[in-house]
Amino acid sequence: MKELRLMKGNEAIAEAAIRIGVDGYFGYPITPQSEVLEHLMAEKPWEKTGMVVLQAESEVASINMVYGGAACGKKVMTTSSSPGFSLMQEGMSYIAGAELPCVVANVVRGGPGLGTIQPSQADYFQATKGGGHGDYKLITLAPSTVQEMYDFVGLSFELAFKYRNPAIILSDGLIGQMMEKVYLTEYKERWSDEYINKTFPWATTGRAADRGNSIITSLQLQADKQEEVNLRLQKKYREIEDNEVRYELINCEDADYYFIAYGSSARISQKAMELAAEEGIKVGLIRPITLWPFPTKIIRELGQKSKGVLSVEMSAGQMVEDVRLAIEGKVKVEHFGRFGGVIHSPAEILNALKTKIIGG
Amino acid sequence: MTEEIIIAGFGGQGVLSMGMILAYSGIMQDKEVSWMPSYGPEMRGGTSNVTVIISDTRISSPSLNMFDTAIILNQQSLDKFENAVKPGGLLIYDPNGVNRHPERKDINIYQIAATDKAAELGIARLFNMIVLGGFLKVKPVISEEYIELGLQKSLPERHHKLIPDNLKAVQTGKEIIKAIQTV
Repeated sequence: MKELRLMKGNEAIAEAAIRIGVDGYFGYPITPQSEVLEHLMAEKPWEKTGMVVLQAESEVASINMVYGGAACGKKVMTTSSSPGFSLMQEGMSYIAGAELPCVVANVVRGGPGLGTIQPSQADYFQATKGGGHGDYKLITLAPSTVQEMYDFVGLSFELAFKYRNPAIILSDGLIGQMMEKVYLTEYKERWSDEYINKTFPWATTGRAADRGNSIITSLQLQADKQEEVNLRLQKKYREIEDNEVRYELINCEDADYYFIAYGSSARISQKAMELAAEEGIKVGLIRPITLWPFPTKIIRELGQKSKGVLSVEMSAGQMVEDVRLAIEGKVKVEHFGRFGGVIHSPAEILNALKTKIIGG
Repeated sequence: MTEEIIIAGFGGQGVLSMGMILAYSGIMQDKEVSWMPSYGPEMRGGTSNVTVIISDTRISSPSLNMFDTAIILNQQSLDKFENAVKPGGLLIYDPNGVNRHPERKDINIYQIAATDKAAELGIARLFNMIVLGGFLKVKPVISEEYIELGLQKSLPERHHKLIPDNLKAVQTGKEIIKAIQTV
């Protein structure tokens, strides 16, 4: 039987990193995700698997350490919360431009600015549209349980290495701070240098006799060369959009209305669905698991045939723009969400469905 | 069965750890559980609360605004959560330091003088286990043997010698809780 533990979402990220054989974690503490670094320091994985854990001097330093580690073909990651993730945007753009795999978790808190330490989902644009400069995309996974916080660390690395692209785990203070059951997987060994040399010819592991230079850069002074890079990136992004869309459908058979919600809002919306069912309102939930690539097709298929769609997010309305693009104006689409660190209640969501969609 | 519980009091009363022992005990009894603390500025030197859900089925929202049970350990929490108990639900409170008692007529109200009892027995640190015992007497959502397993899982090994005292405090709580109003 798998080992079962009651864990915080943040602790689950840290534990998963150790067990899947991550080579390096570079981070800087910030509420509400400091338990990631705390758990790693308590577990001392450098004694078990050889994993490096380092508290950097800032988030800017953390992301550039990740950049360096990733260039060597190592499994490296960092975690932060909103203001810290903003500091990392230059690095994110460089890593995406240099086509390197890494994992970054953002345990979102209320903004803008230093904001608050309570949960929020207002970093959706930053994660899915590119918080840094240039035409780049980050594979963005949104866990809605502590188990998914654990599982998505491994999945993010798998996708990041498959496509040589950074992956983001976009969570929030609610999932980060809450405790739930987690089934832990067995410890895996870290990749050996031989394995990295053999598998990732792009990795800068020192020049071997049988191959040329590996050059990792995001700089091309000639515009036509940089356009070629961009065309290659765009081709890769279309491939990711074709192959990596993930979502969950809950009570979607026979639904008159839909909630579209991810992460903690998906959990709260499920409770709102229970309340709606008691009143005889048939509402289903489409839960995007990947926010980029966005599950446009299924939202279009189901949503256009419904009587209306409510996008629920702890923000002033970010994901709703992608939902509207999917629905193409065929049925009513509205947004509901508390923000700035306030968590909406199930009753508020149901009330918004009634006033904005059913009666609106 | 789904039991949605809020436990609220001062920081240092063991609110969060009581919730954790309850959640771990739920896991040992093969239930679904969630434990969602307040972690905002209020926990830094003021009130502290945690939402614990124990269920036979998948738990939807870990964050709630209405509860089956509110376990209230100070006046501020009573003021904040009395109206968050579902009609017909349960409110348990420690009267220590409370000068405005619960006024709802549509809920079950129980009193547990755990602060006084813990002081009398010289076991101030087991105060929260007395309260837990009182709750389990009124709502036996977890069987006793699983509380012991939950303690084993949630306490570090070096504290396992304290488990018998913890269980005794649970027993004390079961003995001293009293009904004020049942509906």
